[in-house]
Amino acid sequence: MTDHTDTATANGATGAPLWLLAELTYRCPLQCSYCSNPLDFAAVKQELTTAEWIEVLTQARAMGAVQLGFSGGEPLVRQDLETLVAEARRLGFYTNLITSALGLDEARIHALRDAGLDHIQISLQASDPDVAAAVAGSTKAHAKKLAMARAVKEAGYPMVLNVVLHRHNIDQLDTIIALCDDLGADAVELANCQLYGWAHLNRAGLLPSQAQLEAAEATTQRWRQHLAERGRDMRLLFVVPDYYADRPKACMGGWASIFMTVAPDGAVLPCHSARMLPMDFPNARERPLQEIWYASAAFNRYRGDDWMQEPCRSCDERHKDVGGCRCQAYMLTGDPAATDPVCDLSPDHHLIEAARREAADDSRSAQALTLRNARESQVFCRA
Amino acid sequence: MNPNTDSSRVYYLRRGWRLQWEEAQQRHVLLYPEGMVKLNDSAGAILGQLDGQRDVATLIERLQAQFPEAPDGAIAEDVHAFLADAQQQGWIQHD
Ligand code: SF4
Ligand code: SF4
Repeated sequence: MTDHTDTATANGATGAPLWLLAELTYRCPLQCSYCSNPLDFAAVKQELTTAEWIEVLTQARAMGAVQLGFSGGEPLVRQDLETLVAEARRLGFYTNLITSALGLDEARIHALRDAGLDHIQISLQASDPDVAAAVAGSTKAHAKKLAMARAVKEAGYPMVLNVVLHRHNIDQLDTIIALCDDLGADAVELANCQLYGWAHLNRAGLLPSQAQLEAAEATTQRWRQHLAERGRDMRLLFVVPDYYADRPKACMGGWASIFMTVAPDGAVLPCHSARMLPMDFPNARERPLQEIWYASAAFNRYRGDDWMQEPCRSCDERHKDVGGCRCQAYMLTGDPAATDPVCDLSPDHHLIEAARREAADDSRSAQALTLRNARESQVFCRA
Repeated sequence: MNPNTDSSRVYYLRRGWRLQWEEAQQRHVLLYPEGMVKLNDSAGAILGQLDGQRDVATLIERLQAQFPEAPDGAIAEDVHAFLADAQQQGWIQHD
């Protein structure tokens, strides 16, 4: 097949942040035990105002950002979401709403459509309402999600469903995919839980076993064939958990390379997890995004490969996987510049193996995991 | 070689997808849920002609008018090959 894409980029120079993730709020009616929000989210009180968000959008667009995700927390909690979507569309962003569907109703679906929203991604917890209830900490959410997924589809949006996989729902994968098919999804992200934030806290109770993972991959493959035979165009994207890989992922395509996240209080981050790192991140209230992206110490810290240590520094694969994830390196080794322990060349790889063993010995039910809510979060808030 | 696409077919972008000129990148991009295809000049020019009304023959005529210096038949061949690929990749659809 001929290549119709343009891959030319300026050599070595820092490119524009093509992706902007606007985390509008940490407030959320659900309490998913796999949530990747910071543990101390409850400490964030001063959310950016509507005018401040519009300023962020305007600056980012001028820098070349074109894909925009509204997320959180639950972005629908913000009553100015429609205003922000309209402004983003006017600026030329492709606008994605990343939502739990709580707070959505038909009137809002249409108001968002009128504002120019391009796409709604809804997350599902499981196919079975009981598992869904245990994982999200809500008995009503599942039925609501299904109803809203149907309404979103009816309103003519392209629809991506996102299912975070972990040991408590991964064995249901067959019925989960069947459900997504039935809901009319255009694509399904079967994303094995990334172990950050609350998910890291619950790690031993979330990580699936190798056998569960292999069965899930086989199920996905079987469904791909089945869908193709039926001529049903529903893409299945299966994201393998890092903890079972022998090479890390090229996290965010490289530190501050194409991604920029603005957190609810205006903190500007190279990814939504980076807030946990032992460093200061600039705030959009205080400095222009252009300066933050190109000139701040935080954004330049892990760009390129000068910061790397061995074994990454002299490794042939360093441009392919950028040494993995800085947050994961920090969470596991205490050094954010270490080789991501997921890599089996890392001297710390045994930590990953230990985590797998620890998970195998963990027999907690989904109900027994720590739910992500403001009360639990207080424990992690510094005075 | 690519199978010829039917000249009377009317293609359109997949629902919810958007073609856009990006000043910052100096290229056309195809935007879709949580993703982006960076297009080369010829892909951008062809997709830029899709308006949900024009059939393939019309696209070719218009592109020939736009690029009169192209050798005979080259544009038609490119357009057919491109549309077949683009359809296979799920970028475009037809009725
Ligand atoms: S993962 Fe769950 S708790 Fe966390 S923001 Fe999303 S819906 Fe809310
Ligand atoms: S040593 Fe570093 S660069 Fe090499 S494969 Fe492992 S993580 Fe990647």
